[in-house]
Amino acid sequence: MAQEHTRSALLEEALGPGGPIIVFDAVNLAFDEKVILRGVSFTLLTGHTKIILGASGAGKSTILRLILGLLKPDAGRIFVNGEEIEHMSESELMRVRADLGIVFQEGALFDSLTVGENVGYKLFEELNWPPDRANARVAEVLGFIGLGDFINRMPSELSGGQRRRVAIARAMAAKPRILLYDEATTGLDPITALTVDEEIVKLRDLEGVSSVVVTHQLRDAFFVAERTAVRENGRVVFHKATDRKAGEAEFIMLKEGRIAFEGTASELRTIAARDPYIHSFLS
Amino acid sequence: MAGRLQSWFKGAILEVQEYVRLIGRVASASVTPPVYYRDIIAQFDSIGVGSLTVVLLAGLFTGMVLALNSGYTLDQFGARSMVGRLISASMVKELGPVLTGLMVSGRVGSGIAAELGSMLVTDQIAALRALGTDPIRKLIVPRVLAGLIMVPILTVLASGVGMVGGWIVTVLQFHVASTIYWSSVTQGLYVQDVWMGIIKPFFLGFTIVTIGCHVGMRTTGGTQGVGNATKLAVVASSVAVIAVDFMVTKVLIVLMY
Repeated sequence: MAQEHTRSALLEEALGPGGPIIVFDAVNLAFDEKVILRGVSFTLLTGHTKIILGASGAGKSTILRLILGLLKPDAGRIFVNGEEIEHMSESELMRVRADLGIVFQEGALFDSLTVGENVGYKLFEELNWPPDRANARVAEVLGFIGLGDFINRMPSELSGGQRRRVAIARAMAAKPRILLYDEATTGLDPITALTVDEEIVKLRDLEGVSSVVVTHQLRDAFFVAERTAVRENGRVVFHKATDRKAGEAEFIMLKEGRIAFEGTASELRTIAARDPYIHSFLS
Repeated sequence: MAGRLQSWFKGAILEVQEYVRLIGRVASASVTPPVYYRDIIAQFDSIGVGSLTVVLLAGLFTGMVLALNSGYTLDQFGARSMVGRLISASMVKELGPVLTGLMVSGRVGSGIAAELGSMLVTDQIAALRALGTDPIRKLIVPRVLAGLIMVPILTVLASGVGMVGGWIVTVLQFHVASTIYWSSVTQGLYVQDVWMGIIKPFFLGFTIVTIGCHVGMRTTGGTQGVGNATKLAVVASSVAVIAVDFMVTKVLIVLMY
């Protein structure tokens, strides 16, 4: 169960806008003989986006599981929301996870619960919100992702894209400050994938959520990096991001457990001309 | 050859270690908050009420066939009226607990392994943890409590229905008067037998459910892995039911008789 946790004003300020919300410091991880991550270091600033690219098995999803504390690194340090998490017990990690949401590859919705119960799971089961408040929040987030009418459906009745969007709604229901997306668009057609990308951009730009997006779909990665969502006359519209805004989304390219590239979308395009691996990946 | 033997041995030790760890975590989670009452009630219903039909049918027919076989044998010695004694002693002490255990292994042990295994391979367990829920408390503790409480209740019912089955056959087939059958049933039972019939299923229920949970939570390899986990859960818990039954019987005989 999530516990109340107080922090000093100084730390709150340091973790505020522009402060580091996730820090990886020389993280190593291996499963038996297979090395997954070798000395991976990066920093995600509050309100910014990290887009992690790489081939299958490059360790992309592993990074998300390390952030959540579902896996422990063999060496190195991981800070999430101002707390060093790699030595935390499962019960201490629950406190850190209170501010984290994740969208798994296939959605990972609970089969036995309705869409509404899935979305409100944390509110009903862990945070013990009063039913009226929790139901209102469930309706609000389902409205946000445009699936308000699906509240009583079962996950098996949803299409692939709808399942991912419900998973996003579930991850955002408790208003976490960090959202992690594990291949949220993989296996979806381009039009459905675009609806998922739009949710990611909306959450970042309208709700101020810091995001880590793991994907190998370049189209989706560039959409998230180079688009911005604004509310105009009560409707959400998407524009091309300004250079400053686009600079807040950084790409990380993983290759054989190491970071092969880190930088913005335009820097990625520039270096692709020189680096054969990145070039082959982008093409 | 030696290398394979060594890796098999290591694997076996690891399984035992993980099983014991799981039991330790379940024990500590059972007595500390948060407690998911709704899930506990749901599992009591699923494991207890859900297994009722299969357990009652198994008990009924076992009692009937026991009466049929023993009736003809006892008839040769002119001891038809003793059928009730044989049925009550066998059903309460041995057949009730073991048959209920085997039925529950097949129905519940496999179901638990399949459900937890599918949740694991589809990342639902990881999602639970990410949402701040300890899967041990939410998924395992309710199942273990339900197994611990409901298997003894099912066993008592199975033994009772078995004796009713024996009564039907004894009265209809061997034409023994009902009063003689039931007085023979009570004569055949000692207090120690009743205790044995009640104590054993606690151990069997715990064994079946914890094995199902352990196997389910260690599923690997996608949907094929779920199939393997289900198969393993049934085989392991069925064998464990018979082995645990022997060990507990041995201990209870030393302590009570």
